[in-house]
Amino acid sequence: MNEALLRELVPAVIGVLVRRGAGFAAAEDAVQDALVEAVRGWPDAPPRDPKGWLVTVAWRKFLDAARADSSRRRREELVEAEPSPGPGGAVDDTLQLYFLCAHTSLTPASAVALTLRAVGGLTTRQIAQAYLVPEATMAQRISRAKRTVSGVRFEQQGDVATVLRVLYLVFNEGYSGDVDLAAEAIRLTRQLARMTRHAETARHEEAETVRHEEVAGLLALMLLHHARRPARTGPDGRLVPLAEQDRGLWDTRMIAEGIGILQAALARDRLGEFQAQAAIAALHADARCAEETDWVQIVEWYDELVRLTASPVARLNRAVAVGEADGAQAGLAALTDLDPSLPRYAAVSAHLHERAGDLHSAARLYAEAAAKAPHLPERDHLTRQAARINALLRG
Amino acid sequence: MAKYLLLKHYRGAPAAVNDVPMDQWAPEEVTAHIQYMRAFADRLVETGEFVDEQALSPQGTFVRYDGEGRPPVTDGPFAETKDLIAGWMIIDVESYERAVELAGELSAAPGAGGKPIHEWLELRPLYGEQCTVTE
Repeated sequence: MNEALLRELVPAVIGVLVRRGAGFAAAEDAVQDALVEAVRGWPDAPPRDPKGWLVTVAWRKFLDAARADSSRRRREELVEAEPSPGPGGAVDDTLQLYFLCAHTSLTPASAVALTLRAVGGLTTRQIAQAYLVPEATMAQRISRAKRTVSGVRFEQQGDVATVLRVLYLVFNEGYSGDVDLAAEAIRLTRQLARMTRHAETARHEEAETVRHEEVAGLLALMLLHHARRPARTGPDGRLVPLAEQDRGLWDTRMIAEGIGILQAALARDRLGEFQAQAAIAALHADARCAEETDWVQIVEWYDELVRLTASPVARLNRAVAVGEADGAQAGLAALTDLDPSLPRYAAVSAHLHERAGDLHSAARLYAEAAAKAPHLPERDHLTRQAARINALLRG
Repeated sequence: MAKYLLLKHYRGAPAAVNDVPMDQWAPEEVTAHIQYMRAFADRLVETGEFVDEQALSPQGTFVRYDGEGRPPVTDGPFAETKDLIAGWMIIDVESYERAVELAGELSAAPGAGGKPIHEWLELRPLYGEQCTVTE
């Protein structure tokens, strides 16, 4: 049994314990303890029914903890209690867990950490490594998060939009440490997509609120971006912009899967921001070379995205697309009513000024953008751009 | 073993010998510089002397308490005259001499024209743990 398979069982096992009457926080702790035992013991003696084994051991861990908690009477009540039949099944439990871990009372960082642990089945150490913080810090963040949601009823209907935002954050962290967070985000979104489709076909009460088109949209968006990852950094770790990427390195199978998922979602005609973003990514993925990019359609999708979100970041990216579709002057015109303090405004402005032939402004703006860059590969890339333009100016 | 902090400055250190701003270098000189820094850190990991490194954005603010019930006072972005740290590396080495040797190598990173920058780096010992046996 490999670790990934083991981790997939985690949310369902937590769900079983909660249905039997354990609080979420205690259930989550008990399942983590059971996982440790599984990792130790299973290589020598793999159980026939891994999930049943985990439930049994986790429940025992929970009872041990409750006993130690000196609340003997509560324990006795729990031992007597029959597992609640509930509306049923591992799918519902796991879906509820997604909702709980992305609850609106949590800060984004807490929701991310809790989701990775309770739904993703990662250890605190792995999550801490991925986010480059000490393990004790991450342990505190997770236990505070669990306290925050301890009053939330498990059956309470959640909002899938908040879950999607949390998964999107996980995806965008990329990867450090031994866990690939982008791949993990894709796994969790894939699982969510499966469950929300199920919830709809089963005509559960969730059907109206769980709009799975956006789940599919996010999954497609992640796949389309992940497919380009091998081309996004050079061998020396440098950032390679889209137009200069070696498209032969793109994962065509992953792109095909993303496009398929997106088309099925778009056909249902309930557009949302993730579907619009995925459509833009799909149009990039469709072009065999940068020159073949269908910028006119990309601008149309940005118009949709701006209409859906009113996001200034979307409008900034739209200006780049307008610059490609209608020329640099049009792109610069699209920039004029945007706030120059927006992240990456200087970088976009530099690019458009260069295309408009104003090299002096472009060099100055690239240098300014480098000073404001949010991470090192981007700073280095923008410094190189400034250096390139200055070399042109020197002749 | 003793730990040392190597501090690199955007501003505030004495001027380097090859003191040309990075955006005035040739693009391949920028790449060569980044590769040199990366190779240096990799080599220290291999020799077992690397502890940590971080780069800092030039954006920054001074902040201080301004009394009960009042929001903190901020000052910044830093005035042009202020010392501005660009980043650091922490190394764990056998001796002060070794720390100086490594700082010298880091200062030789190539800059404009492919020539060493001869940048001034600040070398600061970290206070160590108190020894169990001090007699």
